[in-house]
Amino acid sequence: MNVNAIGEFVGAFLILIGSIMSVVSAFGLIRLPDVYTRSHAATKSSTLAVLLTLLGAFVYFWTTAHFISVRLLLGIVFVFLTAPVAGHLLVRSAYRSKVKLADISGTDDLQDVLHQEEKNS
Amino acid sequence: MINTMLTISLVLLSITIVISVLRIILGPSLPDRVLALDVIGVNLIASIAVISVLMNTKAFLEVILILGILSFIGTIAYSKYILRGIVVERKRDR
Repeated sequence: MNVNAIGEFVGAFLILIGSIMSVVSAFGLIRLPDVYTRSHAATKSSTLAVLLTLLGAFVYFWTTAHFISVRLLLGIVFVFLTAPVAGHLLVRSAYRSKVKLADISGTDDLQDVLHQEEKNS
Repeated sequence: MINTMLTISLVLLSITIVISVLRIILGPSLPDRVLALDVIGVNLIASIAVISVLMNTKAFLEVILILGILSFIGTIAYSKYILRGIVVERKRDR
């Protein structure tokens, strides 16, 4: 088993782990009760899934074709920077447009700061 | 064996996309649907990387960058639409 076969196996294994993480995040997306907990599933584990998959493709091309792909590295950096920012902005706009929390959630400290005037009037 | 591992991961990624489409259909509010669209974009990036490994070509690697940029801009525009009710704001000349 030479270096090429080991590199192919490591790349394919990283891709497989990444897709399993993606299915786990999809189960979180369908099972959790409201949009805030769903954003927890959709942002963190989905970002980890796509990072593992792109890293697997990078290792595969590096060991089989001796090709260091700058575009895959740029894709990794870009997804790692932008996916949490997009999730944060979406949940911020969801809270400010008064999407309701789930019934089982306990405290809501931001309600007193942001939506106080509707509660008093 | 490498081919079967890559095919299994493509099937798992498409299962994720199907579940996200289900969340788009039955999501109760608009941010739920936009969140599921963001998940679909990220999974399309991952599946294009897998397809490019499976076909052993380097021609599809630009698509990853383009899809990442488009998914990010789309989510930002939707969140601004949810917050303000408008996407493009013009400044009035005074």
